[in-house]
Amino acid sequence: MKFKIYRYNPETDKKPYMQEFDIDIAEGSDKMLLDVLVDLKEQDPTLSFRRSCREGVCGSDGLNINGKNGLACITAVSSLKSPVVIRPLPGLPVIRDLVVDMAQFYKQYEKIKPYLIADTETPAKERLQSPEDREKLDGLYECILCACCSTACPSFWWNPDKFVGPSGLLQAYRFLVDSRDTHTEERLADLDDAYSVFRCRGIMNCVDVCPKGLNPTKAIGHIRSMLLKSGV
Amino acid sequence: MVTTVTSLGRSGLHDWVLQRLSAVIMLAYVVYLGYFFATTPEITFAAWQGLFASTFMKVFSFLTLLSVVMHAWIGLWIVSTDYMPKVSIRVAFQAIVIVICLSLLVWGIQILWSL
Ligand code: SF4
Ligand code: SF4
Ligand code: FES
Repeated sequence: MKFKIYRYNPETDKKPYMQEFDIDIAEGSDKMLLDVLVDLKEQDPTLSFRRSCREGVCGSDGLNINGKNGLACITAVSSLKSPVVIRPLPGLPVIRDLVVDMAQFYKQYEKIKPYLIADTETPAKERLQSPEDREKLDGLYECILCACCSTACPSFWWNPDKFVGPSGLLQAYRFLVDSRDTHTEERLADLDDAYSVFRCRGIMNCVDVCPKGLNPTKAIGHIRSMLLKSGV
Repeated sequence: MVTTVTSLGRSGLHDWVLQRLSAVIMLAYVVYLGYFFATTPEITFAAWQGLFASTFMKVFSFLTLLSVVMHAWIGLWIVSTDYMPKVSIRVAFQAIVIVICLSLLVWGIQILWSL
């Protein structure tokens, strides 16, 4: 099977280039793309990429695989068409090969204050929630911050410093609906500008690529209705 | 919170609502005009002038014109802030759009109230 991999070492290369690899993969093999990358690194130790958990939990190996963002560790090689073209996540500065600088992505995450803010008295043990209220967090808390969605979003490409992006907005909604959080109003006020939420054009690239099957577009719709309700 | 000086509304929500409201007004106007064309056997100068003689039609037309201008500004402002990263080009483009929008508005008022 053929692999074309984006290579760029800013210290030695003038320009990024695609390196080709040919690898024998047995028919019916259940290899994941990450396994192949690890094999390739044995052939060429300079090949750089991030990975950690190798089971779709840590979110570190988000890559652009045959044009679509996904996690290498849970992408079966058998599901891919040869030649497999592997590039870093689009829209973010490349540090080296497949490793991108995620600073802008994390900055947006930080902006939405991804932690519980409660003015109520701190209970002795824990803040309780009814099972119904807890259920509202399903489909939101599972996000692993892999950035597959935000780097697939054109609005995030054009305005990564101003548009929070699908991942950050999914998290924003996760705290907006949390029954234990008392800062809903302030959170909404922080989002009500022309960029943070409203740059979402509903293209749903984010939904298409999320390896955890989450739906940022839906969460963004909920934020919009919350803004609408508090604004009229 | 991202602050902007050139956006039309005070907030993102404001722009978003205006964009949708103006779209509804424009659609209603098109439907209304379509109805007029469909039910008027012969479009004569008198019929056309009669249509615009009522205050209702004048106000409706003006509202539609206002909607066109607002809709265009909000939409093109978004396009320019997405696709024109160079500030000089962006500002020049926005200035041209503002001049066209305001001219249309003044011109429309002149026509509607035959000033
Ligand atoms: S739906 Fe919104 S957030 Fe998702 S990719 Fe499209 S513009 Fe981006
Ligand atoms: S929403 Fe999905 S694609 Fe986006 S960062 Fe979270 S897990 Fe990754
Ligand atoms: S290595 Fe952790 S998500 Fe792929």
